[in-house]
Amino acid sequence: MAQHIGAPAVASVEVGQSVAKGQEIGSAKGFVSVPVHAPTSGEVVAVESRPHPWGTSLPAVVIKPDGEDRWTADLQPGDPSALSVDDIVEKVRLAGVVGMGGAAFPAHVKMSPPPEKKISTLIFNGVECEPYLTADHRMMLEEPERILQGVALLKYVFGADRVVIGIEANKPDAIALLEKECAGAPVEILPLQVKYPQGAEKQLIAAVTGREVPSGGLPMDVGVAVHNVSTAAAVADAVLFGRPLIERVCTVTGPAIREPKNLRIRIGTPLSHLVEVCGGLTEDPGKIVLGGPMMGFTQLGFDVPATRGTSGLLLLRDEDVDRQEEGPCIRCSRCVQACPMHLLPTTIAAYSRRDLLAEASEYCAMDCIECGSCSYVCPATIPLVQAIRYGKAAILAKKRNS
Amino acid sequence: MSKQLYLSSSPHIHSGDTTSKVMRAVLYSLLPACAVAVYFFGPAALTVLLIATLGCLATEVVCQRLMGQPVTIADGSAAITGVLLALNLPPSSPWWLTLLGAVIAIAIGKQVYGGLGSNPFNPALVARVVLLISFPVQMTTWSSPTPFGSGLDLVTTATPLGEWKNAVMLTGQMPPELQSGMVDYFLGNMAGCIGEVSALALLLGAGYLFYKRILTWHIPATFVGTVVLFSSVFWLASPDKYPNPLFHLLTGGLVLGAFYMATDMVTTPVSTKGMLFFGVGCGVLTVLIRLFGGYPEGVSFAILLMNAATPLIDRYTRPKTFGTSGQGATS
Amino acid sequence: MLAAILSLGCIGLVAAIALGLAAKKFAVEVDPRELAAMEVLPGANCGACGFPGCAGYAKALVAGTIDLNQCPPGGADVVAKLARILGVEASAAAREIAVVLCQGDNRKAQVKYQYLGLADCTAAQKIAGGPKACPGGCLGLASCQRACPFDAIEMTADGLAVISREKCTGCRKCLAVCPRNVIRMTPYESAIHVLCNSHDKGAMVRKYCQIGCIGCHICKKTIPGAYKVEDFLATVVYEQDEEAIEAIGKCPTKCIRDFSDGYPEGSKLLPVAADKPHAA
Repeated sequence: MAQHIGAPAVASVEVGQSVAKGQEIGSAKGFVSVPVHAPTSGEVVAVESRPHPWGTSLPAVVIKPDGEDRWTADLQPGDPSALSVDDIVEKVRLAGVVGMGGAAFPAHVKMSPPPEKKISTLIFNGVECEPYLTADHRMMLEEPERILQGVALLKYVFGADRVVIGIEANKPDAIALLEKECAGAPVEILPLQVKYPQGAEKQLIAAVTGREVPSGGLPMDVGVAVHNVSTAAAVADAVLFGRPLIERVCTVTGPAIREPKNLRIRIGTPLSHLVEVCGGLTEDPGKIVLGGPMMGFTQLGFDVPATRGTSGLLLLRDEDVDRQEEGPCIRCSRCVQACPMHLLPTTIAAYSRRDLLAEASEYCAMDCIECGSCSYVCPATIPLVQAIRYGKAAILAKKRNS
Repeated sequence: MSKQLYLSSSPHIHSGDTTSKVMRAVLYSLLPACAVAVYFFGPAALTVLLIATLGCLATEVVCQRLMGQPVTIADGSAAITGVLLALNLPPSSPWWLTLLGAVIAIAIGKQVYGGLGSNPFNPALVARVVLLISFPVQMTTWSSPTPFGSGLDLVTTATPLGEWKNAVMLTGQMPPELQSGMVDYFLGNMAGCIGEVSALALLLGAGYLFYKRILTWHIPATFVGTVVLFSSVFWLASPDKYPNPLFHLLTGGLVLGAFYMATDMVTTPVSTKGMLFFGVGCGVLTVLIRLFGGYPEGVSFAILLMNAATPLIDRYTRPKTFGTSGQGATS
Repeated sequence: MLAAILSLGCIGLVAAIALGLAAKKFAVEVDPRELAAMEVLPGANCGACGFPGCAGYAKALVAGTIDLNQCPPGGADVVAKLARILGVEASAAAREIAVVLCQGDNRKAQVKYQYLGLADCTAAQKIAGGPKACPGGCLGLASCQRACPFDAIEMTADGLAVISREKCTGCRKCLAVCPRNVIRMTPYESAIHVLCNSHDKGAMVRKYCQIGCIGCHICKKTIPGAYKVEDFLATVVYEQDEEAIEAIGKCPTKCIRDFSDGYPEGSKLLPVAADKPHAA
């Protein structure tokens, strides 16, 4: 049921009940929450806590597919020209659309900025959020129509003047295809420098508009909204066909998988099935990472389901796992040069580890986007991101208590 | 699954560059300078190099054992300190002087502060300066370079900078022939510390470090640039008395200092702005000490002084956090 | 020579006079009782009293805004001395010490995965609930040891925190940093504890730990008053544990421990006390 950032949905079906594909099985609780839908038709065999990618057991609905894959009858296709902005946002919410980049933030929340924040620029993120992942690239190559339908809808919702699709310059095929598809439409295709973390929201905005989202602020503070290209496709499905978000594209890759692939997967598919489809493992993996190598979560096994935020499944071998023991900081300043937020990672990490929270926040610990660049370059292999994350959590906890 | 998986916080990949790899690269980069030193100063230089390096390694082991810490000489940082110390000593240094320097560098320059990464001053320079002040005679006895020299018949002489200072103190004029040997100065055919003589060899090594991206241009460029600019001012004002910038550049320890000593990561600022400031400060101090100080050479003092200022520089040159520069809110 | 001696002497004299005057002029009035209280307090600045350091506590004591039994590290001794300084009557709170309720070190308890990263229990706990398979077991990354201002916590070679009965002053700093709540405050007088913190059923516990409580009730049946079992975990009822020692030998997984008799395996603290208080 925990499929997105915000309050998880609550199961609304019972064991033994038969469900159709697209039927709501979990209802949203709160504004920053969306419903969950059955990914296929079948019978509910359990409503209980199951292992979740976040590492703990969380409430889940287990469906035994009947193989018919039968759509629910109450899908409501919509005519975009007849819908108001609020209708579109509501349809998006009901379809359970979330940001498909990986963070899985409910899309309808992003689509309802406060009225005083005028969104002038709408950016579509076609920049792969992390190395190894190619799901967005695949989406752009194979389903440009769906994406562009979503782009048009979102442009209408935001009333934006400028619409940009940002794509990394090393994907000329996607750029060429989208340019062809967009010919005549008021949409810019912008090739961007290939560097990590170009796909991070704030960095993307800076690259496209030259504006920096203020520290502690949101993109809307600089008049920008960012959506992933896959999110645009999901919005199109939700609004035009009334289809809920029950599938996504996921990159299954890494040195330990036999045939790396981009798969279109149903939400809730166990990871073991994804591995099977990709020809199985070449050897026992050393690390199972859900998401990308820089920000993904390690898993205890393959028995967890893919969620709406599962942009990738990365399988590393033992020898790919960095087991170097951490050494003292030699102040080489590589983390400082690498930090996309212009922070001093080593300083923040040192303060965080010593629980000097006031100092850590003075050095802007809360601005860290946890992209992992600093840990990646650190020659002393200090777990900088983990230390900063620890500090951030402690700072937040302290704020909440006082 | 039979075996246990690894779990950790993100990121899950690493560049593969480690501290010991960095240190090893620096050591390799010093090889040309060592080779040139042995070529010009013979076995004497080799002895100093060996004693200094082994002395540093031994001191590190002893210190870490005494403090009950894991011994980390394999990371190569003590070896670098040793080689750099040797390169900063005269070729005729007696064995006890070298050994004492090694002990000072590691014990007082580094381990008392908590070892690698915690020392505020460049350990090799701390040792050099302590020796220079304590044993001025031994530390300023220079031998003339003799290619493939036997090392036995040492001819004592003065460094070009020392000659200049002596001449200016005595006559107020610079002997013109001093500025005629630039090519020799560049190649290393002059008196001086073991490692500072050959700008060519040092630059070769530095090139390798640039290629490996261990060295960034900021400190060397600003350091050297400042020395050139600042010394030009004096030279242009009074060319009879003050040497030209090229002389400053090629004699003494400027190249060694700017590319190897002032770029020691531990004791220099972390931000780009801080590094630029650090380099300029080193340059200004070097020229001031060379032209107006009591010692003919000022590079090591300049770097140590700027080392002391590093925490202050770091404090005032913090990079502007993304989103605080004010070019944001336009709407 | 003479000039040098004279001039240096003069400079010294002038400086001394200036310093003396300054000390007089800018002297800060401090209640002598506050200074006396500072003398008596342990000076570890541990914060157990709720103030940032001993000075803050001393100030509050003199101001009369706080009880003088708020310094657990000081114990009865300090309370008595403070009472004398402040001229009031007071009794010390019963001495409490912290105990790690776990014996599942890396050899006796299973781990779910190999943890890589920050050596901190709270950080490790965030990754799939910590590497230890037992949801309550000591993670062994020494966060409590680092937090202890009195050097009372020892990490065994197999990764288990053990707290010294004698060195622990009851300041509770370790409790605050332990993400698994495996450290508890217990009366100093009680040396017998059930060293397990898992509420899982016995069969589960057996799967991941050789030395955990399986909730078999044998201890409770042996000495009914001294033990209670809740959610498959036995605990000592500290108010009435006089006879608790009788059950130690009966425990099938050996997770009941008499600390006056020795600490968990691998600990360098007290091997076996020469004279056992309970043996009498």
